[in-house]
Amino acid sequence: MLSYVAARLLWLVPTLLAMALVTFLVMHATPGSPLDPVAEGANPLSPEAQKNLAAHYGLDRPLPEQFVIFVGNALRGDFGNSFVYKTRSVTEILRGAFPVSLFLGTMAFVVATVGGLALGILAAIHQNRGWDYLSVTLATFGVAVPNFVLAVFLIVLFSIMVPLFPTGGWDSPRTWVLPTVTLALAPLGIVARYTRASMLEVIRADYTLTARAKGLAEGPVIFKHALKNALIPVVTLLGPMFAAIGTGSFFVESIFRVPGMGRFFVESMTGRDYPMIMTVILVYGAFLALMNLVVDLLYGVLDPRIRY
Amino acid sequence: MASLTPVFGTDVALSPGSEAIGPARGTSLTRDAFRRLVRNRLAMLGLIVVVLMCLTAIFADVLAPFAYTKTNFGRLNEPPSTQHWLGTDQLGRDLLSRMIYGARISMIVGLGSQAIVVLIGVPIGALSGFAGGRLDLVLTRLIDVMYAFPRLLFVILLMSMLGAGLMNIFVAIGLTGWVFIARQTRAQMLAIKEKDFVGGARALGAGGWRILGRHLLPNAMTPIVVAVTFGIPEAIFTEAALSFIGVGINPPTPSWGQMVGEGQQYLRTYWHLCVFPSIAIAMTMLAFTFLGDGVRDAFDPRQT
Repeated sequence: MLSYVAARLLWLVPTLLAMALVTFLVMHATPGSPLDPVAEGANPLSPEAQKNLAAHYGLDRPLPEQFVIFVGNALRGDFGNSFVYKTRSVTEILRGAFPVSLFLGTMAFVVATVGGLALGILAAIHQNRGWDYLSVTLATFGVAVPNFVLAVFLIVLFSIMVPLFPTGGWDSPRTWVLPTVTLALAPLGIVARYTRASMLEVIRADYTLTARAKGLAEGPVIFKHALKNALIPVVTLLGPMFAAIGTGSFFVESIFRVPGMGRFFVESMTGRDYPMIMTVILVYGAFLALMNLVVDLLYGVLDPRIRY
Repeated sequence: MASLTPVFGTDVALSPGSEAIGPARGTSLTRDAFRRLVRNRLAMLGLIVVVLMCLTAIFADVLAPFAYTKTNFGRLNEPPSTQHWLGTDQLGRDLLSRMIYGARISMIVGLGSQAIVVLIGVPIGALSGFAGGRLDLVLTRLIDVMYAFPRLLFVILLMSMLGAGLMNIFVAIGLTGWVFIARQTRAQMLAIKEKDFVGGARALGAGGWRILGRHLLPNAMTPIVVAVTFGIPEAIFTEAALSFIGVGINPPTPSWGQMVGEGQQYLRTYWHLCVFPSIAIAMTMLAFTFLGDGVRDAFDPRQT
C-alpha cells in the first residue's frame, strides 16, 4: 500500500514535467510575444525597450535554458513574477485566489455528492416514479447543458424574475448559493444517475435478499448492505468530477464575479503571462492527479478485495 | 471463402460456428442496432432536432430574415417584436438571424472537428494496439500525459496562443480530442487481435495491413461510433465555451457561445440577448446527447 502510494506520487513528477514542457512549447511555438502591445493596433515598444524588458524577464535566453530556469525555480517554490500584474509574484496572486476557488469547488463537491447520492437512492427505491424521473431529467440536463448556460438561466430565474439571490459577488453566504448550485448541478446529476443504476443492481442481489430474509428493517438493508456495495462504481466518478468542477469553475467564477483563479486564468492566457500560465496549469494538473490518487485509495477502503 | 471474411457487423453477431447457421443477413448487429435506435423515441426526437439544426445551418442564407451584420442603431436591445421575432442585440442586429447563422458554426464545429479527431485518433490507437512493443509504449505514454491535462484548459491555452478563428478551433479540438478515441481503438485492437478469426486470417496468409484494415478496424467500429456521437456535443460545447470567453469565433461571425458571452454584461436589463442563444445551445446539446445515448444503447443493449 505504502509503496503503491509512493510509486504513484513518483509518477506525478514526470507527468507534471511533461505537462510543463507541452505548455512551454505551445506558448513559445505560437506567434506573438508578451512584449507585444496590449491594446489592439497600438504602436509597438521601441526595440531598445523590448530588448531591455526581454533581458529583465529572461526572455532573451535560449528556450531550453528558459525552461530549465523555470523548473529549477519552481522546485524551490518560486514561480516568478506575473507579466500582467508586474509588481506581484505568481505565488502571491494564487495564494489569494486559490483558496476561494477551492472553497467554491468544495461546496459544489459536497452538494453534488450528498445531493446526488440522496437523489440516486430515492430514484432506485421508487423506480419509475416521481423521484426517478426527477433524477433522470436532472442527470440528462446536467450533462448536456454547459454550466455558463445554466448560470444564465439561474440568474434570470432567481436574481431577476424572483430576486432571491444577488447576480454576483463574493461577500456573503447568500452570494455563494448560485455559483455553487451552477457548479454542482451537472456532477449531481451524474452521481444520481450512477447511484441509481448501481443501487438497482445491488438491491436485486442475493445478499440483499438475505438481509431482508433475516428480518432486517428497510433502513439497515438499504444503508448498511446495499449502499456500501453500490458506492464502488460511484467512486469511479469522483476523479472526473473534480476535473469538471475545477475547469467549470473558470466560467462560473467569471459570470458570478467570484475572485478565484478563474479570472486570472483567461487573463493570463490572452496576456501571454508565461509564468502565470505555467503555474495555473501545473497547479490544476497536480491537484487533479492527487485527487485521482485519493479516489483510487478510496476503492481499497470500500472494497476490501482490492489490494495495492 | 468469401463468407469467412468478416464484414462490419456480421461477424460479431455470428458465433464462430456461423457457417452451419448460414447467412444471417436479417439479424446483423448493425441492423438490430438500427432497429433499436429507431424504436427509441427520445433518440428519434434528438435526431429530428439535429436534422432541423443541420437544415438551418445549410439554408441559413435563405432562412435568415436579415443579414447577420446589418446594424440598426435606432433599434438597440429591443425585446421580441413582430418584425424582430427574438429582438435585436446591442448593435441593433436581428437576434434570430444571428442565431440562424450561429447554427452554422455549431454544426460545422461539431461534425468537422469529429472528422479530424477520428482521422488522428483511430490511426494512432490502431497502430499502438496492433504493433505493440516499443511503439505502443511510447504512444501510451503520450496518451497518458494528454489524459492528465485538464482538457478544456489545454484547448483554451491553444486558442489564446493561436488566436481566435474557426480553423484554429479545429486545430485545438483535433489536437486534444483524439486521445479518448485513440484509447478506445487501442483497447479494441488488443481485444480483437486475440480472437480466433484473426488467427484464421493469419493462417490463410493475410498480411499485417490486410488484417488491420479488413478484420480489426471494421470490428472496432462500434465504440468509435459511440465515442463520435458523444464527441459532437462536446465539440459544440467547447466552441461555445471558447467563444463565450472570447477566444473562439471572431466577430462579426455569430456563434451562440459568443452571443451569450456578449449578452452576459447586459443580463440584468436585456436578458433576451443571453437567454435565446442559451436555449439554442442547451437544445442542441440535449438533442445530440439523446441521440448519443440512443446509439450507445442500440449497440450495447446490456447497458440498458
